[in-house]
Amino acid sequence: MFLRHETIEKNVILMVVLTLITVSIGGIVQIIPLFTIESTIERIDGVRPYSPLEVLGRNIYIREGCYTCHSQQIRPFKDEVERYGPYSLAAESMYDKPFQWGSKRTGPDLSRVGGRYSNDWHVAHLVSPRAVVPESIMPAYPALATRRLDYADVARHLQALHAVGVPYSDAMIANARADLATQANPDADPTALLERYPRAVVGKFDSQSEAITEMDALVAYLQMLGTLVRFSDLPPERLRQ
Amino acid sequence: MPSQAVASAVSRPQPRYVEDVVRAAVVLTMFWGIAAFLAGVVIASQLVWPQLSFDSEYLTFGRLRPLHTSAAIFAFGGTALIGTAFHVVQRTCRARLFGGAPLGWFVLLGYQLFIVLAATGYLMGITQSKEYAEPEWFVDLWLTVVWVAYLIAYLGTVMKREEPHIYVANWFYLAFIITIAMLHIVNNLAMPVSIVGSKSYVAWAGVQDAMIQWWYGHNAVGFFLTAAFLGMMYYYIPKAANRPIYSYRLSIVHFWSLVFLYIWAGPHHLHYTSLPDWAQTLGMVFSVMLWMPSWGGMINGLMTLSGAWDKLRTDPGLRFSVTAVGFYGMATFEGPVMSIKAVNSLSHYTDWTIGHVHSGALGWVAFIVFGTTYYLVPHLWNRPGMWSTRLMGWHYWIATIGIVLYITAMWVSGIMQGLMWRAYDELGFLQYSFIETVAAMKPFYAIRLLGGVFFLTGGLLMAYNMWRTIRGEPARVPAAQPALAA
Repeated sequence: MFLRHETIEKNVILMVVLTLITVSIGGIVQIIPLFTIESTIERIDGVRPYSPLEVLGRNIYIREGCYTCHSQQIRPFKDEVERYGPYSLAAESMYDKPFQWGSKRTGPDLSRVGGRYSNDWHVAHLVSPRAVVPESIMPAYPALATRRLDYADVARHLQALHAVGVPYSDAMIANARADLATQANPDADPTALLERYPRAVVGKFDSQSEAITEMDALVAYLQMLGTLVRFSDLPPERLRQ
Repeated sequence: MPSQAVASAVSRPQPRYVEDVVRAAVVLTMFWGIAAFLAGVVIASQLVWPQLSFDSEYLTFGRLRPLHTSAAIFAFGGTALIGTAFHVVQRTCRARLFGGAPLGWFVLLGYQLFIVLAATGYLMGITQSKEYAEPEWFVDLWLTVVWVAYLIAYLGTVMKREEPHIYVANWFYLAFIITIAMLHIVNNLAMPVSIVGSKSYVAWAGVQDAMIQWWYGHNAVGFFLTAAFLGMMYYYIPKAANRPIYSYRLSIVHFWSLVFLYIWAGPHHLHYTSLPDWAQTLGMVFSVMLWMPSWGGMINGLMTLSGAWDKLRTDPGLRFSVTAVGFYGMATFEGPVMSIKAVNSLSHYTDWTIGHVHSGALGWVAFIVFGTTYYLVPHLWNRPGMWSTRLMGWHYWIATIGIVLYITAMWVSGIMQGLMWRAYDELGFLQYSFIETVAAMKPFYAIRLLGGVFFLTGGLLMAYNMWRTIRGEPARVPAAQPALAA
């Protein structure tokens, strides 16, 4: 089929259709296989949907634009693995809506920051970064420590996530509020919470305040980052993409 | 054939073009330009003096950075594109805008509403956190409505054209409008938590979301910031130089290869991540190939000047446009280099990327908008020229020095930080803690800030010049310039 360019130039509909076809091909080839090739996401154990407190903490991370300075994606280089921990797996962000891999490290990578610092360190650092790290250029977030976390509608968040494919069970959605309060209360019985969300970190993350604050949620999220997969008992063949 | 077309065009009466919308767009473009440069200067200062967020949640870098990028790309760039698209399509088709002034105003003002909704949202923390697609679901829906109206106005005008051929500038504007629609819809598919709340969760997750985001993100660069501005180049540079486009054949070849190849380049933003290797390799190979059609556009733009290079001495507006094409050539060479995995392993996550983006955004996008605006303002307001040619010259040099300061500071800081992250001492330990690399950036962040201040100053000179021109001062005759000995 030989098409003279003059024909296209004189017929705008033809031009629009051909342009649309031309610009569609690359995306189709690169995106659709990521949904159909099963090995795109490694089959490993441990990754679970976020607990209600972690979901709301993650939303604060998003709201404050933390991704503009912090990545959550460790590349498979010696220096990065030594600095931050094992390189990131696709499976670890399989429930991340949206993903938070980031594109810039004005601050360090956070994908495995969970458990590296104490809760008190995180609270002090978020309230006044330069009080903890003098050379830091991070903004201060004192408001997080004083504002109560609005979690009345947390079940709706889980429902919306369920609607776009995160496997929250009916029990998880029904118990969302209670699970949230339990995770932020070191005196409550966490058995049911930990059954639904294994390895969730329980505690009063912001010890300065009585109520559950936004600080509690954010620190709960930071403290679980990168902690779900046990790399010590991970056979290498499971990592093949 | 071109000369015949020109001759026949002159003899026919001109339709009554919709011009008020274009005039408003030009003024709004200038306003958003200043806003974007100012926001950039503010966040650049915060990286030197972090106290400048004043412990306020509304003034943190995390909330202001999307404000800066959206103001630059969507408010400044987008408003310029809507205005010039309407100006170009009516003239190259010899047809009044489809839908007339009402549809034109709806598109322009509807788009302004989108900008205001997005920007105020960022300050309040309403964001999807997808880079360059931060607006939440309700803002995305509104933009979709405006964009469809934009397509209807544009396509409708082309359909009722009096010229048999669709001029090359229109191919680029059309490809931009269509592709952005496709990218916007797919990338932003989301489920709102509540119909009365702002929060939503995107349809995609993890690795697929990353791929779709950078398929969108890189082609926001490819189609918003490149193809559309090439459309601008293809009309305003020949106009200002009073020369036909250098090669018609080259424009065909580079148009189709550009729109085909660009879409594949997204994965170079995800090198060495958990995106499967096959996708990364495809992204790298196509990014390198993209160098050629990019330079096809640059050659076509620059060679259009052949026989008219002397105009660069007398017309600072054209000087802006031609320098823009030069920066375009430089940035589209740097991009493929950075997309090579070995280079990217050093450059990714560093300021080198920021510098690269700004040689494109300041050098190419802003400069071609400046050049175009300096051409448009006297035309649209029916003035003999800009109020002060000398001030245009000052703007040119201040802005150019600003860009050079900016991008060289970012090259040095980016490469330095990349090397410091991977440096080992003689005992085999990582040589630098992360915070040491942050402290080492400070002088370069200060130089970058200075570059930004220069660029903003240039923008203010332009706004003043524009205001005096529009207000109707008689054009100042530039003092006779001594002829150069050469």
